[in-house]
Amino acid sequence: MRNFAYAKASNSTEAIRLLGHSGAAKFLGGGTNLVDLMRENIEQPESLVDITSLLREIQENADGGVTIGAAARNSAVAAHRTIRERFPVLSQAILFGGSGQVRNMATIGGNLMQRTRCDYFYDAASRCNKRTPGAGCDAIDGFNRMHAILGWSPDCIATHPSDMCVALAALDASVEVEGRDGKRSIRFTEFHRLPGNTPHVETDLRPGELITSVTIPKLDAARRSVYRKVRDRSSYAFALVSVAAVLEVENGVVKTARLALGGVAHKPWRAGPAEEALQGSPANEASFGRAADTALAGAKGFAHNEFKIELAKRLIASTLADLARKDGAR
Amino acid sequence: MKQTLTLTINGKSYSDEVEPRLLLIHYLREVAGLTGPHIGCETSICGACTVMLDGMAVKSCTMFAVQAEGRSVLTIEGLAQNGKLDPLQEAFWNEHALQCGFCTPGMIMTARQLLADNPSPSEQEIRHGLEGNLCRCTGYQHIVNAVKAVAKAGGA
Ligand SMILES: Cc1cc2nc3c(=O)[nH]c(=O)nc-3n(C[C@H](O)[C@H](O)[C@H](O)COP(=O)(O)OP(=O)(O)OC[C@H]3O[C@@H](n4cnc5c(N)ncnc54)[C@H](O)[C@@H]3O)c2cc1C
Ligand code: SF4
Ligand code: FES
Ligand code: FES
Repeated sequence: MRNFAYAKASNSTEAIRLLGHSGAAKFLGGGTNLVDLMRENIEQPESLVDITSLLREIQENADGGVTIGAAARNSAVAAHRTIRERFPVLSQAILFGGSGQVRNMATIGGNLMQRTRCDYFYDAASRCNKRTPGAGCDAIDGFNRMHAILGWSPDCIATHPSDMCVALAALDASVEVEGRDGKRSIRFTEFHRLPGNTPHVETDLRPGELITSVTIPKLDAARRSVYRKVRDRSSYAFALVSVAAVLEVENGVVKTARLALGGVAHKPWRAGPAEEALQGSPANEASFGRAADTALAGAKGFAHNEFKIELAKRLIASTLADLARKDGAR
Repeated sequence: MKQTLTLTINGKSYSDEVEPRLLLIHYLREVAGLTGPHIGCETSICGACTVMLDGMAVKSCTMFAVQAEGRSVLTIEGLAQNGKLDPLQEAFWNEHALQCGFCTPGMIMTARQLLADNPSPSEQEIRHGLEGNLCRCTGYQHIVNAVKAVAKAGGA
Protein backbone atom coordinates (compact mmCIF):
# COMPACT_ATOMS: atom_id res chain seq x y z
CA MET A 1 0.00 0.00 0.00
CA ARG A 2 1.24 3.49 -0.84
CA ASN A 3 1.90 5.62 2.17
CA PHE A 4 -0.31 8.63 2.88
CA ALA A 5 -0.80 11.40 5.41
CA TYR A 6 -3.50 10.96 8.06
CA ALA A 7 -5.35 13.66 9.96
CA LYS A 8 -8.37 13.64 12.22
CA ALA A 9 -10.83 16.50 11.70
CA SER A 10 -12.49 18.04 14.74
CA ASN A 11 -15.36 19.76 12.90
CA SER A 12 -16.86 19.70 9.44
CA THR A 13 -15.36 23.02 8.32
CA GLU A 14 -11.93 21.69 9.18
CA ALA A 15 -12.68 18.37 7.45
CA ILE A 16 -13.64 20.19 4.24
CA ARG A 17 -10.57 22.43 4.43
CA LEU A 18 -8.24 19.49 5.05
CA LEU A 19 -9.72 17.56 2.13
CA GLY A 20 -9.12 20.36 -0.33
CA HIS A 21 -10.13 20.26 -3.97
CA SER A 22 -7.37 18.37 -5.73
CA GLY A 23 -9.01 14.95 -5.45
CA ALA A 24 -5.81 13.58 -3.88
CA ALA A 25 -7.37 13.34 -0.43
CA LYS A 26 -10.29 11.23 0.76
CA PHE A 27 -12.50 11.18 3.80
CA LEU A 28 -12.14 8.16 6.05
CA GLY A 29 -15.18 6.69 7.79
CA GLY A 30 -14.70 3.26 9.33
CA GLY A 31 -12.31 2.28 6.55
CA THR A 32 -14.06 -1.05 5.99
CA ASN A 33 -14.24 -0.45 2.24
CA LEU A 34 -11.49 2.11 1.69
CA VAL A 35 -8.76 0.07 3.43
CA ASP A 36 -9.51 -2.89 1.16
CA LEU A 37 -9.49 -0.66 -1.93
CA MET A 38 -6.20 0.91 -0.90
CA ARG A 39 -4.72 -2.52 -0.22
CA GLU A 40 -5.54 -3.46 -3.83
CA ASN A 41 -4.19 -0.10 -5.08
CA ILE A 42 -7.58 0.69 -6.63
CA GLU A 43 -7.68 3.83 -4.50
CA GLN A 44 -4.39 5.63 -3.86
CA PRO A 45 -5.16 8.76 -1.86
CA GLU A 46 -2.28 10.97 -0.80
CA SER A 47 -4.02 11.81 2.41
CA LEU A 48 -6.95 10.68 4.53
CA VAL A 49 -9.16 12.93 6.63
CA ASP A 50 -10.74 10.89 9.42
CA ILE A 51 -14.21 12.25 10.20
CA THR A 52 -15.25 9.78 12.86
CA SER A 53 -14.82 12.24 15.74
CA LEU A 54 -17.72 14.28 14.39
CA LEU A 55 -21.15 13.76 12.82
CA ARG A 56 -22.03 10.82 15.05
CA GLU A 57 -25.42 11.91 16.46
CA ILE A 58 -28.74 10.28 15.72
CA GLN A 59 -31.40 12.92 16.22
CA GLU A 60 -35.17 12.62 16.41
CA ASN A 61 -36.85 15.45 14.56
CA ALA A 62 -39.97 17.29 15.68
CA ASP A 63 -41.90 16.00 12.65
CA GLY A 64 -41.33 12.36 13.65
CA GLY A 65 -38.45 11.74 11.28
CA VAL A 66 -34.79 11.19 12.15
CA THR A 67 -31.49 12.72 11.10
CA ILE A 68 -28.50 10.41 11.23
CA GLY A 69 -24.97 11.84 11.35
CA ALA A 70 -22.75 10.66 8.50
CA ALA A 71 -20.24 9.10 10.90
CA ALA A 72 -22.81 7.28 13.04
CA ARG A 73 -21.81 3.63 13.23
CA ASN A 74 -24.00 1.18 11.34
CA SER A 75 -24.45 -0.91 14.49
CA ALA A 76 -25.56 2.13 16.50
CA VAL A 77 -28.14 3.06 13.86
CA ALA A 78 -29.49 -0.50 13.64
CA ALA A 79 -29.87 -0.68 17.43
CA HIS A 80 -31.42 2.77 17.83
CA ARG A 81 -34.79 2.44 19.50
CA THR A 82 -36.68 5.04 17.50
CA ILE A 83 -35.34 3.68 14.24
CA ARG A 84 -36.34 0.15 15.18
CA GLU A 85 -39.84 1.32 16.06
CA ARG A 86 -40.55 3.79 13.28
CA PHE A 87 -38.36 2.46 10.47
CA PRO A 88 -37.80 -1.27 11.10
CA VAL A 89 -36.90 -1.76 7.43
CA LEU A 90 -33.77 0.36 7.96
CA SER A 91 -32.64 -1.47 11.06
CA GLN A 92 -33.20 -4.84 9.37
CA ALA A 93 -31.37 -3.82 6.19
CA ILE A 94 -28.32 -2.77 8.17
CA LEU A 95 -28.30 -6.03 10.11
CA PHE A 96 -28.33 -7.95 6.82
CA GLY A 97 -25.08 -6.24 5.77
CA GLY A 98 -21.57 -7.40 6.60
CA SER A 99 -20.93 -8.93 10.02
CA GLY A 100 -21.04 -7.48 13.52
CA GLN A 101 -17.39 -6.46 13.37
CA VAL A 102 -17.89 -4.61 10.07
CA ARG A 103 -21.03 -2.85 11.32
CA ASN A 104 -19.18 -1.69 14.44
CA MET A 105 -16.73 0.23 12.25
CA ALA A 106 -18.72 1.13 9.12
CA THR A 107 -20.39 4.54 9.00
CA ILE A 108 -23.50 5.82 7.24
CA GLY A 109 -21.55 8.06 4.84
CA GLY A 110 -19.13 5.24 4.01
CA ASN A 111 -22.01 2.90 3.32
CA LEU A 112 -23.46 5.36 0.80
CA MET A 113 -20.08 5.80 -0.87
CA GLN A 114 -18.94 2.16 -0.92
CA ARG A 115 -17.79 0.92 -4.31
CA THR A 116 -19.21 -2.00 -6.26
CA ARG A 117 -18.21 -5.58 -5.47
CA CYS A 118 -17.84 -6.50 -9.17
CA ASP A 119 -14.90 -8.95 -9.22
CA TYR A 120 -13.47 -7.42 -12.38
CA PHE A 121 -13.35 -4.02 -10.72
CA TYR A 122 -11.08 -5.52 -8.07
CA ASP A 123 -8.91 -7.46 -10.51
CA ALA A 124 -6.24 -5.23 -12.01
CA ALA A 125 -5.69 -7.71 -14.88
CA SER A 126 -9.29 -7.24 -16.13
CA ARG A 127 -10.75 -4.50 -18.27
CA CYS A 128 -13.04 -2.22 -16.28
CA ASN A 129 -14.51 1.14 -17.30
CA LYS A 130 -15.10 2.05 -13.70
CA ARG A 131 -11.45 1.58 -12.73
CA THR A 132 -10.00 2.86 -16.02
CA PRO A 133 -12.53 4.89 -18.04
CA GLY A 134 -12.58 3.72 -21.65
CA ALA A 135 -10.87 0.39 -20.99
CA GLY A 136 -13.94 -1.79 -21.63
CA CYS A 137 -15.99 -4.08 -19.39
CA ASP A 138 -15.04 -7.70 -18.86
CA ALA A 139 -18.18 -8.45 -16.87
CA ILE A 140 -20.59 -8.19 -19.80
CA ASP A 141 -19.28 -11.39 -21.40
CA GLY A 142 -17.80 -12.73 -18.20
CA PHE A 143 -19.04 -14.18 -14.95
CA ASN A 144 -21.93 -11.84 -14.23
CA ARG A 145 -24.05 -13.67 -11.66
CA MET A 146 -23.90 -10.72 -9.23
CA HIS A 147 -24.57 -8.06 -11.87
CA ALA A 148 -27.39 -5.72 -12.85
CA ILE A 149 -30.67 -6.47 -14.59
CA LEU A 150 -32.07 -2.93 -14.53
CA GLY A 151 -30.66 0.42 -15.56
CA TRP A 152 -27.30 -0.90 -16.76
CA SER A 153 -25.43 0.46 -19.76
CA PRO A 154 -23.15 -1.21 -22.32
CA ASP A 155 -20.27 0.42 -20.41
CA CYS A 156 -21.01 -1.06 -16.97
CA ILE A 157 -23.36 -3.64 -15.50
CA ALA A 158 -22.18 -3.44 -11.89
CA THR A 159 -24.54 -3.24 -8.90
CA HIS A 160 -24.45 -1.07 -5.81
CA PRO A 161 -23.76 -3.48 -2.95
CA SER A 162 -25.45 -1.71 -0.04
CA ASP A 163 -28.40 -3.08 1.89
CA MET A 164 -28.90 0.01 4.03
CA CYS A 165 -29.25 2.25 0.97
CA VAL A 166 -32.14 0.16 -0.36
CA ALA A 167 -34.12 0.93 2.78
CA LEU A 168 -33.17 4.62 2.60
CA ALA A 169 -34.37 4.77 -1.02
CA ALA A 170 -37.74 3.30 -0.02
CA LEU A 171 -38.06 5.77 2.88
CA ASP A 172 -37.63 8.91 0.72
CA ALA A 173 -34.54 9.95 2.65
CA SER A 174 -32.36 12.90 1.74
CA VAL A 175 -28.59 13.32 1.95
CA GLU A 176 -27.22 16.53 3.43
CA VAL A 177 -23.82 17.56 2.12
CA GLU A 178 -21.48 20.44 2.78
CA GLY A 179 -18.67 21.88 0.68
CA ARG A 180 -16.73 25.10 0.31
CA ASP A 181 -19.69 26.65 -1.46
CA GLY A 182 -22.10 25.82 1.34
CA LYS A 183 -24.66 23.19 2.17
CA ARG A 184 -27.20 21.42 0.02
CA SER A 185 -29.60 18.51 0.29
CA ILE A 186 -29.91 15.74 -2.30
CA ARG A 187 -32.91 13.42 -2.64
CA PHE A 188 -31.70 9.95 -1.79
CA THR A 189 -33.03 8.45 -5.02
CA GLU A 190 -30.96 11.00 -6.95
CA PHE A 191 -27.78 10.59 -4.93
CA HIS A 192 -26.50 7.48 -6.72
CA ARG A 193 -26.27 7.47 -10.52
CA LEU A 194 -26.90 4.99 -13.26
CA PRO A 195 -23.69 4.11 -15.12
CA GLY A 196 -24.45 5.62 -18.55
CA ASN A 197 -21.15 6.22 -20.30
CA THR A 198 -19.43 7.48 -17.14
CA PRO A 199 -19.57 4.52 -14.73
CA HIS A 200 -16.66 5.95 -12.76
CA VAL A 201 -18.94 8.81 -11.63
CA GLU A 202 -21.09 7.03 -9.09
CA THR A 203 -22.85 9.73 -7.10
CA ASP A 204 -24.03 13.29 -7.24
CA LEU A 205 -21.44 14.31 -4.62
CA ARG A 206 -19.09 16.99 -6.00
CA PRO A 207 -15.33 16.91 -5.44
CA GLY A 208 -14.56 18.34 -2.03
CA GLU A 209 -18.03 17.78 -0.59
CA LEU A 210 -18.63 16.05 2.74
CA ILE A 211 -21.74 14.04 3.51
CA THR A 212 -22.87 15.39 6.88
CA SER A 213 -26.13 13.50 7.50
CA VAL A 214 -29.03 11.52 6.14
CA THR A 215 -32.59 12.55 7.01
CA ILE A 216 -35.62 10.29 6.94
CA PRO A 217 -38.94 12.13 6.93
CA LYS A 218 -41.93 11.04 8.98
CA LEU A 219 -43.76 8.11 7.47
CA ASP A 220 -46.27 6.44 9.80
CA ALA A 221 -46.82 3.56 7.41
CA ALA A 222 -43.13 2.60 7.77
CA ARG A 223 -43.81 1.11 11.18
CA ARG A 224 -44.96 -1.83 9.10
CA SER A 225 -41.99 -2.33 6.84
CA VAL A 226 -39.56 -5.11 6.11
CA TYR A 227 -36.26 -5.90 4.40
CA ARG A 228 -35.75 -9.22 2.66
CA LYS A 229 -32.46 -10.36 1.16
CA VAL A 230 -31.71 -13.40 -0.98
CA ARG A 231 -28.06 -14.40 -1.21
CA ASP A 232 -25.95 -17.39 -2.17
CA ARG A 233 -25.43 -18.37 1.46
CA SER A 234 -27.47 -17.28 4.41
CA SER A 235 -24.86 -15.15 6.11
CA TYR A 236 -22.14 -12.66 5.28
CA ALA A 237 -22.79 -12.36 1.57
CA PHE A 238 -23.90 -9.55 -0.71
CA ALA A 239 -27.43 -9.64 -2.10
CA LEU A 240 -28.45 -11.43 -5.27
CA VAL A 241 -31.72 -9.58 -4.91
CA SER A 242 -33.16 -7.72 -1.96
CA VAL A 243 -36.32 -5.77 -1.32
CA ALA A 244 -37.29 -3.01 1.09
CA ALA A 245 -41.04 -2.64 1.40
CA VAL A 246 -43.57 -0.54 3.28
CA LEU A 247 -47.24 -1.47 3.05
CA GLU A 248 -50.27 0.09 4.65
CA VAL A 249 -53.62 -1.56 4.04
CA GLU A 250 -57.00 -0.12 4.98
CA ASN A 251 -60.24 -2.07 4.50
CA GLY A 252 -58.46 -4.51 2.24
CA VAL A 253 -57.13 -1.78 -0.03
CA VAL A 254 -53.52 -0.60 -0.31
CA LYS A 255 -53.27 2.90 1.13
CA THR A 256 -49.49 3.38 1.07
CA ALA A 257 -46.81 1.32 -0.66
CA ARG A 258 -43.07 1.86 -0.90
CA LEU A 259 -40.79 -0.51 -2.72
CA ALA A 260 -37.08 -0.50 -3.48
CA LEU A 261 -34.78 -3.23 -4.78
CA GLY A 262 -31.14 -4.05 -4.08
CA GLY A 263 -28.67 -6.16 -6.04
CA VAL A 264 -30.35 -5.34 -9.33
CA ALA A 265 -28.85 -2.04 -10.48
CA HIS A 266 -25.99 0.44 -10.26
CA LYS A 267 -28.02 2.25 -7.61
CA PRO A 268 -30.61 1.31 -5.02
CA TRP A 269 -33.65 0.86 -7.28
CA ARG A 270 -36.84 2.61 -6.21
CA ALA A 271 -39.75 0.91 -7.92
CA GLY A 272 -42.02 3.95 -8.37
CA PRO A 273 -44.31 2.53 -11.10
CA ALA A 274 -44.94 -0.59 -8.99
CA GLU A 275 -45.92 1.62 -6.04
CA GLU A 276 -48.39 3.47 -8.25
CA ALA A 277 -49.85 0.19 -9.45
CA LEU A 278 -50.37 -0.90 -5.83
CA GLN A 279 -51.90 2.31 -4.58
CA GLY A 280 -55.67 1.86 -4.27
CA SER A 281 -55.59 -1.79 -5.40
CA PRO A 282 -57.02 -4.63 -3.35
CA ALA A 283 -54.33 -6.07 -1.08
CA ASN A 284 -54.25 -9.51 -2.68
CA GLU A 285 -51.95 -11.82 -4.56
CA ALA A 286 -53.09 -10.65 -7.96
CA SER A 287 -52.19 -7.03 -7.17
CA PHE A 288 -48.86 -8.03 -5.67
CA GLY A 289 -48.02 -10.13 -8.71
CA ARG A 290 -48.90 -7.23 -11.00
CA ALA A 291 -46.75 -4.88 -8.95
CA ALA A 292 -43.86 -7.33 -9.22
CA ASP A 293 -44.26 -7.51 -13.01
CA THR A 294 -44.38 -3.72 -13.20
CA ALA A 295 -41.23 -3.38 -11.09
CA LEU A 296 -39.28 -5.70 -13.39
CA ALA A 297 -40.71 -4.39 -16.67
CA GLY A 298 -37.77 -3.68 -18.92
CA ALA A 299 -35.38 -5.86 -16.92
CA LYS A 300 -32.77 -7.65 -18.98
CA GLY A 301 -30.16 -10.06 -17.69
CA PHE A 302 -26.95 -11.61 -18.94
CA ALA A 303 -25.61 -15.14 -19.33
CA HIS A 304 -25.38 -15.83 -15.60
CA ASN A 305 -27.99 -13.60 -13.97
CA GLU A 306 -31.16 -13.95 -16.00
CA PHE A 307 -32.62 -15.84 -13.02
CA LYS A 308 -32.63 -12.64 -10.97
CA ILE A 309 -35.66 -11.33 -12.86
CA GLU A 310 -37.97 -14.13 -11.73
CA LEU A 311 -36.31 -14.18 -8.31
CA ALA A 312 -36.98 -10.46 -7.83
CA LYS A 313 -40.62 -10.83 -8.90
CA ARG A 314 -41.26 -13.66 -6.47
CA LEU A 315 -39.46 -11.87 -3.67
CA ILE A 316 -41.56 -8.73 -4.17
CA ALA A 317 -44.85 -10.66 -4.30
CA SER A 318 -44.11 -12.78 -1.23
CA THR A 319 -42.78 -9.84 0.79
CA LEU A 320 -45.91 -7.79 0.08
CA ALA A 321 -48.12 -10.75 0.92
CA ASP A 322 -46.36 -11.18 4.27
CA LEU A 323 -46.71 -7.49 5.06
CA ALA A 324 -50.40 -7.59 4.17
CA ARG A 325 -50.92 -10.51 6.54
CA LYS A 326 -49.19 -8.61 9.32
CA ASP A 327 -51.41 -5.68 8.53
CA GLY A 328 -54.55 -7.77 8.83
CA ALA A 329 -53.58 -8.66 12.39
CA ARG A 330 -53.75 -5.04 13.45
CA MET B 1 5.67 10.32 7.42
CA LYS B 2 5.58 8.56 10.77
CA GLN B 3 3.35 9.85 13.51
CA THR B 4 2.97 9.13 17.18
CA LEU B 5 0.33 6.60 18.12
CA THR B 6 -0.75 6.40 21.74
CA LEU B 7 -3.31 3.84 22.84
CA THR B 8 -4.16 1.39 25.59
CA ILE B 9 -3.91 -2.34 24.95
CA ASN B 10 -5.13 -4.80 27.56
CA GLY B 11 -4.99 -2.04 30.17
CA LYS B 12 -1.40 -1.08 29.40
CA SER B 13 -0.38 2.16 27.72
CA TYR B 14 1.62 2.06 24.46
CA SER B 15 3.21 4.84 22.44
CA ASP B 16 5.03 4.27 19.15
CA GLU B 17 6.02 6.04 15.96
CA VAL B 18 4.08 4.45 13.10
CA GLU B 19 3.35 5.05 9.42
CA PRO B 20 -0.36 5.79 8.83
CA ARG B 21 -0.56 2.82 6.44
CA LEU B 22 0.34 0.34 9.18
CA LEU B 23 -2.70 -1.86 9.79
CA LEU B 24 -3.80 -2.36 13.38
CA ILE B 25 -3.22 -6.13 13.16
CA HIS B 26 0.39 -5.56 12.06
CA TYR B 27 0.87 -3.05 14.85
CA LEU B 28 -0.47 -5.50 17.42
CA ARG B 29 1.58 -8.44 16.19
CA GLU B 30 4.81 -6.83 15.08
CA VAL B 31 5.20 -3.68 17.15
CA ALA B 32 3.33 -4.50 20.37
CA GLY B 33 4.37 -8.18 20.18
CA LEU B 34 0.84 -9.49 20.74
CA THR B 35 0.50 -12.43 18.38
CA GLY B 36 -2.80 -13.70 19.78
CA PRO B 37 -4.90 -12.00 17.08
CA HIS B 38 -4.20 -13.91 13.86
CA ILE B 39 -4.10 -13.03 10.18
CA GLY B 40 -6.18 -15.42 8.12
CA CYS B 41 -7.26 -13.51 5.04
CA GLU B 42 -6.31 -9.87 5.51
CA THR B 43 -9.42 -8.88 3.56
CA SER B 44 -12.05 -8.66 6.34
CA ILE B 45 -13.56 -12.05 5.57
CA CYS B 46 -12.33 -14.58 8.15
CA GLY B 47 -12.44 -12.75 11.50
CA ALA B 48 -9.23 -14.31 12.87
CA CYS B 49 -7.91 -10.80 13.53
CA THR B 50 -10.92 -9.72 15.63
CA VAL B 51 -10.10 -7.59 18.67
CA MET B 52 -12.21 -5.27 20.78
CA LEU B 53 -11.93 -1.53 20.29
CA ASP B 54 -13.56 0.44 23.11
CA GLY B 55 -15.61 -2.65 23.87
CA MET B 56 -16.71 -3.38 20.29
CA ALA B 57 -15.51 -6.32 18.22
CA VAL B 58 -13.73 -5.11 15.05
CA LYS B 59 -11.53 -6.64 12.37
CA SER B 60 -8.05 -5.33 13.01
CA CYS B 61 -6.86 -6.18 9.47
CA THR B 62 -9.22 -3.64 7.94
CA MET B 63 -8.31 -0.57 9.94
CA PHE B 64 -5.20 1.50 10.29
CA ALA B 65 -3.44 1.53 13.63
CA VAL B 66 -3.78 5.33 13.72
CA GLN B 67 -7.57 4.93 13.77
CA ALA B 68 -7.11 3.48 17.27
CA GLU B 69 -5.39 6.64 18.55
CA GLY B 70 -6.43 7.36 22.14
CA ARG B 71 -8.66 4.29 22.24
CA SER B 72 -8.63 1.08 24.18
CA VAL B 73 -7.92 -2.29 22.57
CA LEU B 74 -8.56 -5.69 24.11
CA THR B 75 -6.89 -8.76 22.60
CA ILE B 76 -7.15 -12.41 23.59
CA GLU B 77 -4.03 -11.91 25.73
CA GLY B 78 -6.00 -9.50 27.93
CA LEU B 79 -8.70 -11.97 28.97
CA ALA B 80 -7.07 -14.28 31.50
CA GLN B 81 -6.56 -12.67 34.90
CA ASN B 82 -3.83 -13.86 37.29
CA GLY B 83 -3.39 -17.06 35.33
CA LYS B 84 -7.11 -17.84 35.42
CA LEU B 85 -8.90 -18.24 32.08
CA ASP B 86 -11.97 -16.10 31.51
CA PRO B 87 -15.36 -17.89 31.19
CA LEU B 88 -15.31 -17.97 27.38
CA GLN B 89 -11.79 -19.38 27.24
CA GLU B 90 -12.76 -21.94 29.85
CA ALA B 91 -15.88 -22.92 27.91
CA PHE B 92 -13.99 -23.23 24.60
CA TRP B 93 -11.65 -25.62 26.41
CA ASN B 94 -14.41 -27.63 28.10
CA GLU B 95 -16.61 -27.89 25.01
CA HIS B 96 -13.77 -28.75 22.59
CA ALA B 97 -14.58 -25.63 20.59
CA LEU B 98 -11.22 -25.66 18.85
CA GLN B 99 -9.05 -28.01 16.88
CA CYS B 100 -6.14 -26.16 15.25
CA GLY B 101 -7.02 -23.05 17.27
CA PHE B 102 -6.30 -20.58 14.49
CA CYS B 103 -9.76 -19.02 14.54
CA THR B 104 -10.12 -19.14 18.32
CA PRO B 105 -8.77 -15.74 19.42
CA GLY B 106 -11.08 -13.96 16.96
CA MET B 107 -13.99 -16.28 17.67
CA ILE B 108 -13.76 -15.60 21.41
CA MET B 109 -13.65 -11.82 20.95
CA THR B 110 -16.71 -11.92 18.71
CA ALA B 111 -18.51 -14.23 21.15
CA ARG B 112 -17.73 -11.73 23.89
CA GLN B 113 -19.51 -8.99 21.96
CA LEU B 114 -22.39 -11.33 21.18
CA LEU B 115 -22.96 -12.10 24.87
CA ALA B 116 -22.58 -8.45 25.86
CA ASP B 117 -25.37 -7.52 23.43
CA ASN B 118 -27.55 -10.52 24.16
CA PRO B 119 -26.80 -12.43 27.38
CA SER B 120 -29.11 -15.35 26.56
CA PRO B 121 -28.96 -15.92 22.81
CA SER B 122 -30.76 -18.71 20.96
CA GLU B 123 -28.70 -21.13 18.85
CA GLN B 124 -29.80 -19.20 15.76
CA GLU B 125 -28.72 -15.90 17.30
CA ILE B 126 -25.33 -17.35 18.21
CA ARG B 127 -24.78 -18.56 14.67
CA HIS B 128 -25.87 -15.20 13.26
CA GLY B 129 -23.64 -13.35 15.73
CA LEU B 130 -20.60 -15.38 14.66
CA GLU B 131 -21.20 -14.93 10.92
CA GLY B 132 -18.07 -12.83 10.48
CA ASN B 133 -15.78 -15.58 11.80
CA LEU B 134 -14.75 -18.62 9.79
CA CYS B 135 -13.55 -21.92 11.22
CA ARG B 136 -12.07 -24.58 8.95
CA CYS B 137 -11.96 -27.34 11.55
CA THR B 138 -14.81 -27.65 14.00
CA GLY B 139 -17.94 -27.38 11.87
CA TYR B 140 -19.01 -24.69 14.38
CA GLN B 141 -21.25 -26.90 16.54
CA HIS B 142 -18.82 -27.05 19.46
CA ILE B 143 -18.21 -23.32 19.22
CA VAL B 144 -21.95 -22.71 19.46
CA ASN B 145 -22.06 -25.10 22.43
CA ALA B 146 -19.29 -23.17 24.19
CA VAL B 147 -21.10 -19.87 23.79
CA LYS B 148 -24.32 -21.48 25.03
CA ALA B 149 -22.51 -22.86 28.06
CA VAL B 150 -21.23 -19.41 29.04
CA ALA B 151 -24.67 -17.87 28.57
CA LYS B 152 -26.20 -20.58 30.73
CA ALA B 153 -23.61 -20.05 33.46
CA GLY B 154 -24.50 -16.37 33.58
CA GLY B 155 -22.27 -14.58 31.10
CA ALA B 156 -18.74 -13.82 29.96
C1 LIG C 1 -16.51 -8.45 3.87
C2 LIG C 1 -17.53 -7.35 3.88
C3 LIG C 1 -18.86 -7.66 3.62
C4 LIG C 1 -19.83 -6.65 3.63
N1 LIG C 1 -21.12 -6.97 3.32
C5 LIG C 1 -22.04 -5.97 3.22
C6 LIG C 1 -23.38 -6.25 2.80
O1 LIG C 1 -23.74 -7.40 2.54
N2 LIG C 1 -24.24 -5.20 2.70
C7 LIG C 1 -23.87 -3.92 2.98
O2 LIG C 1 -24.69 -3.02 2.87
N3 LIG C 1 -22.62 -3.64 3.39
C8 LIG C 1 -21.70 -4.62 3.50
N4 LIG C 1 -20.43 -4.33 3.91
C9 LIG C 1 -20.13 -2.95 4.36
C10 LIG C 1 -19.88 -2.03 3.22
O3 LIG C 1 -19.46 -2.75 2.10
C11 LIG C 1 -18.84 -0.96 3.48
O4 LIG C 1 -17.61 -1.58 3.84
C12 LIG C 1 -19.16 0.03 4.55
O5 LIG C 1 -20.49 0.43 4.54
C13 LIG C 1 -18.29 1.26 4.37
O6 LIG C 1 -18.40 2.12 5.49
P1 LIG C 1 -17.09 2.82 6.09
O7 LIG C 1 -17.53 3.86 7.03
O8 LIG C 1 -16.16 1.80 6.63
O9 LIG C 1 -16.49 3.49 4.78
P2 LIG C 1 -14.98 3.82 4.40
O10 LIG C 1 -14.32 2.58 3.95
O11 LIG C 1 -14.34 4.61 5.47
O12 LIG C 1 -15.24 4.78 3.17
C14 LIG C 1 -15.84 4.35 1.96
C15 LIG C 1 -15.89 5.54 1.00
O13 LIG C 1 -16.77 6.54 1.49
C16 LIG C 1 -16.13 7.79 1.55
N5 LIG C 1 -16.71 8.51 2.69
C17 LIG C 1 -16.84 8.04 3.96
N6 LIG C 1 -17.52 8.92 4.72
C18 LIG C 1 -17.80 9.99 3.92
C19 LIG C 1 -18.50 11.23 4.12
N7 LIG C 1 -19.04 11.55 5.31
N8 LIG C 1 -18.61 12.08 3.07
C20 LIG C 1 -18.09 11.76 1.86
N9 LIG C 1 -17.43 10.60 1.61
C21 LIG C 1 -17.30 9.72 2.62
C22 LIG C 1 -14.67 7.47 1.70
O14 LIG C 1 -13.85 8.53 1.21
C23 LIG C 1 -14.55 6.23 0.83
O15 LIG C 1 -14.41 6.59 -0.52
C24 LIG C 1 -19.45 -5.32 3.91
C25 LIG C 1 -18.11 -5.02 4.17
C26 LIG C 1 -17.16 -6.01 4.16
C27 LIG C 1 -15.75 -5.64 4.44
S1 SF4 D 1 -19.44 -4.15 -14.63
FE1 SF4 D 1 -18.66 -2.09 -14.24
S2 SF4 D 1 -17.32 -2.42 -12.48
FE2 SF4 D 1 -17.61 -4.45 -13.41
S3 SF4 D 1 -15.97 -4.69 -14.96
FE3 SF4 D 1 -17.70 -3.79 -16.02
S4 SF4 D 1 -17.24 -1.59 -15.91
FE4 SF4 D 1 -16.02 -2.54 -14.31
S1 FES E 1 -7.46 -11.46 8.85
FE1 FES E 1 -8.90 -9.94 9.32
S2 FES E 1 -10.75 -10.79 8.69
FE2 FES E 1 -9.31 -12.29 8.06
S1 FES F 1 -10.21 -24.52 15.06
FE1 FES F 1 -9.08 -24.56 13.23
S2 FES F 1 -9.95 -22.87 12.17
FE2 FES F 1 -11.25 -23.04 13.87
